[in-house]
Amino acid sequence: MLARRIIPCLDVKDGTTVKGVNFVNFKNAGDPVALGKRYCDEGADELVFLDITASHEKRGTFIDMVRRVAENVSIPFTVGGGISSVHDVGRLLEAGADKVSVNSAALRRPELIDEIARHFGNQVCVLAIDAHCINGKWTCYLNGGRIPTGRSLFEWAREGQERGAGEILFTSMDHDGVKQGFACDALCELSSQIHIPLIASGGCGAREHFLDAFALGHADAALAASVFHFNEVEIPALKQYLHHAGIPVRL
Amino acid sequence: MKVAILKYNAGNVFSVLHALKRIGVDAAVTDDPTYLRSADRVIFPGVGEASTAMGYLREHGLDELIKSLTQPVLGICIGMQLLCRHSEEGNTPCIGIFDVPVRRFDNSAAPDMKIPHMGWNTIEAAPGKLIDARSAAGYLYFVHSFYAPVCEHTIATCNYITPFSAALHKDNFYATQFHPEKSGSVGETILKNFITL
Repeated sequence: MLARRIIPCLDVKDGTTVKGVNFVNFKNAGDPVALGKRYCDEGADELVFLDITASHEKRGTFIDMVRRVAENVSIPFTVGGGISSVHDVGRLLEAGADKVSVNSAALRRPELIDEIARHFGNQVCVLAIDAHCINGKWTCYLNGGRIPTGRSLFEWAREGQERGAGEILFTSMDHDGVKQGFACDALCELSSQIHIPLIASGGCGAREHFLDAFALGHADAALAASVFHFNEVEIPALKQYLHHAGIPVRL
Repeated sequence: MKVAILKYNAGNVFSVLHALKRIGVDAAVTDDPTYLRSADRVIFPGVGEASTAMGYLREHGLDELIKSLTQPVLGICIGMQLLCRHSEEGNTPCIGIFDVPVRRFDNSAAPDMKIPHMGWNTIEAAPGKLIDARSAAGYLYFVHSFYAPVCEHTIATCNYITPFSAALHKDNFYATQFHPEKSGSVGETILKNFITL
């Protein structure tokens, strides 16, 4: 049976893993390659490396780190941050990344999704969406949650899917860093509206939150950062917990 | 031991190179026909779109070259699908080692089953040289929207929406729909098994 995936996310700035509280204040959580390998050895199903400030500061992506990750980990990993062309994607895949996530650049120019899918296949393209819930309406944000777009989360996710995204990575900006659980209602709604895999992100503070993301949110995968970086949730124990709760996981 | 990884326009050729390095095997990523013919093992990897990949192989005469290989060959993911007769992806005639058509997953009867089939899944396989008993009991990483139906060449099956071929074998040609290079220690064992066939 297809297992639900546990995905540690390594937000990277200047070669160092960081995790913000609501994306603003950063705490150091170590070297991304060493951390990635540790998670791989502990049973993580996939890894995500996000250059979270890339689009804001117009920085390029981080090819050398990607290459070192590819040499050291034996599970799939996604790289995101500052990707705005098929050329960027080609360089990252060549360095060993399995997938890329696009966010702001795709909101600005949605054809980017079509281009990536056509060149490299749908499965390469993860559409990352940062959204806030304002007056009961989920709205997409640009540049790590800084700039509102007025676009609806659900409508944009469906459009991304039609254009060829292979997965949706939905981060609730309202829940991110707060550690009170994922946005399960929005996840459940989103999952029912799309037919590609959905990754839950933002808000995880305890192992119960993963269970909720799968059981209530119907997510196919759940992503978290600080709970792993600071050993608040350990992956082997988390998987045992989920297994005993009836969630199919890779043990 | 000379191991060649076929270089073409599909992603992830370097992932296979890295995985082999982790198990202590040096390999060359190449499209040189002489080198490919003289290699002890040839790996035909890939992530991509069938018609684009097949077009590239034809243009460079690599389709005929692959067909003529006599040493053990391992096709992975799109590499496996291109070794089949035909793919529904882009309505593409393929290399035809395995006489089976590649079809698109149809989830109309089970809309909650997501496409692509993405993630870690279990397989059923009678233990053999490529997939030993321990590997057959493990989880393997899949990511694909098209599949080869179960056929006479099937040596492992996976069940997602429908039972399909997780691995194929005919003569010197082996193929896996899953990605051994991305399947943790289980995948590394399968790669080792291929090298030591």
